Parts: sequence; C-alpha cells; structure tokens
Amino acid sequence: MTVLSKKIFPNVICTFCGSTCDDLEVTVEGEKVLSVRSGCSSSLSKYLNYRADRNLTPLVRKNGELQETSYDDAIRRSAEILANANYPLLYGWSSTSNEANRVGIELAEWVGGVIDNTTTVCHGPTLLGVHDIGEISGSLGEIVHRADLIIYWGANPVHSHPHHIMRYTSMSTGRFRLSRKDRKMIVIDVRKTDTAKLADQFIPITPNGDYELMCALRMAVRGDELEQDVISGVPAETIEELAEAMISCQFGVIFFGLGLTMTEGRHRNVDVALSLVRDLNARTKFLIIPMRGHFNVGGANEVSAWVTGYPYAVDLSQGYPRYNPGDTTAVDVLVRGDCDAALVVASDPISNFPVEASRHLVKIPVITIDPHPSATTPISEVVFPSQIVGIETGGDIVRMDGVTIMTKTIVPAPPGIHSDVEILEAILAHVKKIKMGKQ
Amino acid sequence: MYGKYPSVISFDRLTRPCSWEGSGISSLKVTLVSGRSLGQGRSKVIGKFSEEYFRSVAVCELDPEDIKSLGISPGQNVIITTKTGSVVVKSAIASQRSRRGVIFMPYGLWVNMLIPTETYGTGMPSMKGIEAEVAGAPDEKLMDLRDLVKSLAGGA
Repeated sequence: MTVLSKKIFPNVICTFCGSTCDDLEVTVEGEKVLSVRSGCSSSLSKYLNYRADRNLTPLVRKNGELQETSYDDAIRRSAEILANANYPLLYGWSSTSNEANRVGIELAEWVGGVIDNTTTVCHGPTLLGVHDIGEISGSLGEIVHRADLIIYWGANPVHSHPHHIMRYTSMSTGRFRLSRKDRKMIVIDVRKTDTAKLADQFIPITPNGDYELMCALRMAVRGDELEQDVISGVPAETIEELAEAMISCQFGVIFFGLGLTMTEGRHRNVDVALSLVRDLNARTKFLIIPMRGHFNVGGANEVSAWVTGYPYAVDLSQGYPRYNPGDTTAVDVLVRGDCDAALVVASDPISNFPVEASRHLVKIPVITIDPHPSATTPISEVVFPSQIVGIETGGDIVRMDGVTIMTKTIVPAPPGIHSDVEILEAILAHVKKIKMGKQ
Repeated sequence: MYGKYPSVISFDRLTRPCSWEGSGISSLKVTLVSGRSLGQGRSKVIGKFSEEYFRSVAVCELDPEDIKSLGISPGQNVIITTKTGSVVVKSAIASQRSRRGVIFMPYGLWVNMLIPTETYGTGMPSMKGIEAEVAGAPDEKLMDLRDLVKSLAGGA
C-alpha cells in the first residue's frame, strides 16, 4: 500500500472561463483535490468535482446502444467514419489546449472537412467586426495598473467570469490605481444584472438597441448634437454625460459580451463599438476587449489563424482553406444538412446550438471526445473519455487578452484515459493509413 | 408536443408573434434573452445530467408583475413559444431585473428549442432579443435532459 502525501500546487491556472486566473492554490492528495484557495465559485465547482460524472471507457454504438469497447476499436471506428465522410464537421476546440487544436486542423485537412470552434456561437461576430475595423487592445495587466474607467457592455462577469472584476478591473489593486474609489465602473445592459449592482452607474437599454445607442454615443463623442430625446431607452442627456465621462478619463476600457454579438446587428454592433474606441483614442487612451467565454477559445482562434490564416469556420474540403462565415460556420453547415459526419472535441453542441442544427447532428455519425457525459454523448456513435486540460494534463492556452499561458498537470488521470492530443493523433494516424491505402 | 398549446404560433411577417386569441389561454408577448448564469456554469461542471444542472437551466426568469398577469405563482411551469417551437420550463422571479416583457433563460437545450436558425450571413443565430410568447402551464410536465435529447430524433 502506498502512502499518499498531500501536495500543494501554488499559482495553478484555472481552466474554466476566459479570465484564466493564475492564482489558485490547489491541495491534492493522490487523485483527490482536497481544497482550492483563491478560486471563484465556478472554479471551486470545477476542481472539487472534476472526478464526478466522468466518461471512463471508450464507447461505440452497436445495435443502437452505446457499448464499452477498446481504445483501439474506438480509434479505428472514428477514423473510418471521418475518412469515409464527404464533408465532416470538426467542432469544439475551445476547452482544450493549443496543441490539440493544431492536430485537429491537420486532421481536418486530411479528411477534407470544415473545422469550426465555439467562437461561431459566441464572439464570431466580434472577429468579423475586427476584420472590418481593427481593434485597440491591451493586456489585462495594463488595465489593472492604469484604467480609471471600466465599462461592461452586454456582459455580466459576476456570473460568467466571477473573478474578472476583482482581479483585473474595478476592484483590483494596481500600481497607479490603488482601490475601487480610483476607478469608475459603468454597466450598460438590458437587465440590472449582479454586475450592474456593483457599478457606479447602470444604464438600462432596450433589447436589440445597442447599435443605435452606440452610434449616438459616437456622435456625442465627436461633439455632434443628438436630435432624438431618447435613444434605445436612454435619455440623450445620459448619453452626453457618458460621452463626457469617456473623453475625460485617463485610461478607459470597454469589455463587451454576447449582448452585442447575439442580438440584432451582430458584427455591426461590434463594428461601431470598435469605431467608437478608435474615435476616443483621438482624445484619450481607450481599449476594447471582448469577454471571451471558454478558457481557450482565444487559443482555438489563434492556432486556427496561424495554421490556416482564418480564426474559425475554416473549410478545407477543397484542399486549401476557405473562410466564409454564414456559409462555412457550424450552425449553417448543420442547418443546411451539408455535413455527413461530425467530430466534437471538448464541447457540447446539443446544449448550445439552435434546435434545427441539433436535429441534423442527431441524424449523422458523431464522434465525441469529452471528459464528461454531455447532451451530445447520448447521440454519439463513438465516445472517447479524455483528460481534463489544466488538471490532468498540461498544454498552452490563450487568455481573453491574447496572452499565452502554460497550464499544469496537478493530479494523475484515471487509468487508461488519454489526452485530447493523444486521441487526435491516433485518429489522424489511422486516417492517413486509410487515405494512403485508397490512393 | 404539448397537447392543448399551439406547437408553433403563427407569425406576422415572420417577426412578430400573434397572440393566442381564441384559444382561451392568457399569454404575454415578450422578448426572450438567453445568457450565462452562475448556477448554469457551476452545475454544468458537476454534470449535465445532474439535478443541479436541471434545476439551474430548465428555468425562465420573469418580472414578478408578468408572473402575476399569467395567473400563476413563481415556481409553476410556463410554456414559451417562438416561431421555432415550444418548451415548458419552471418560472422564477428574476433577481436580475429587466423591464416587464423581458424574460431570461440560461443557455442550454431548453432555450435552444426556441432559438431560430437564421444567422444572417454571420454564423451566429439570434440567441438574445427573440420575440416570444409565454403562458402559464402549471399542468404541463417538465422534460429532463435525457427526454429532451431523445425528442430531437423525433423531428419537429
């Protein structure tokens, strides 16, 4: 019998949301996480429950039922499905490492499919806006030390990124901004969110009213007169005061969430937000940063961009990368019924796609690689258990501000469970064999 | 899928729901906003099939006045319908208040049953700010995740 000793890991990178806080102190004993210090409630839930509710053996569908199988059989079956498909969709990628993303893109190239990450139903329109306008960004560290005006627009970090405010913005302690009273915090949202309750000023707006309000704000920043009394539910005087607050700050930042990307206007909302920040930089220093959701959605974009030239929705069916959001994006590919197989890595599209897209996913063979059972696993043809990045395996990830961070292995994985990288490399090797055999 | 309730309500020029006049059901035209909630984020890492996840996600938050006008009490089930389809979830008083006529549901398969597919050339469906209609449905049964996933194979 081996005697297990307690180990304390300082500065653990949290792999929950896009803030990827790097200050967790995790105490483990063998495979058990005993305690987590400095984590938010989401990261506590993730680390303390990481062993609960796991996929533990590879599963393959036989006679309509998912049955346990060997790892090699699951690899073989997956490679056959992907190699024989005409137009497979390779989806997910935001809750795994950059290394896994790189292998995924090579696999997409070999099987001639479309590879898309969760950006597609998240900040996809943000990237389209950035293609049009460009973005004035900076690291979260700059904001900690310098920002005196923090604006959250269509974002609710208290729920989605629980420690964002404390570590990086209004409540953080920086070199030139020592406490909460050195910073002004404004929240613009359709609901009085728990984030809004922490703000110095909350500006409620009507749903789908972001574009008009942002245009009016841009006019006010430029000194043009607003002709309407109320715009998107906001009085013109409030807009003028907001413009004044933005111009007169020393260092401002807008963090925006899906309130801009999922509503009417989508990338046009982001266009005008980016343009507003560009205008503001003629008067003062201002940044804009999207509140990226999954811990490595930034990495999925970066890896895709440096390998294929495009950040998401990349179609490799012609043998070269094509990028046409609205056409090569996962939801559109599924709703049109174009793809005839799917590989889902570290994601749960059934829980996140509109029902029509899910209905097509149910009809085609789906291979799922996921540490946990999800709404997508019951409809899958093959299910691989995998190691959790940042807990059972390491790997590089990219924080919401584009900073690359290396995650750590803190506990051993359950026996026989491989990492996403190993599983993808094994499928890729088998796919190559099948494709070379065909030629 | 839900007996006496119209499964897909008629829409005026595909954007505005027409009320269920004549059906004898008191309903409200609302704007549906979906989003992240702390409970959804916390419980999804406990397990998608866990009781915590079900309780956190199969929910619709409404303004207390709206709940009153539907003739139900908080915690009773409501049926929400958009041009895409219908779903039954539990009602709750919104702790993060908006205005009357705005309802909130956390991300998950229940709200997905209501999300239209158009992405207008961006890849992004409308997941916030959707026209919808809500009615009290205290007698209708909530579907759990397993049943809801099974229902996907059955088609519209």
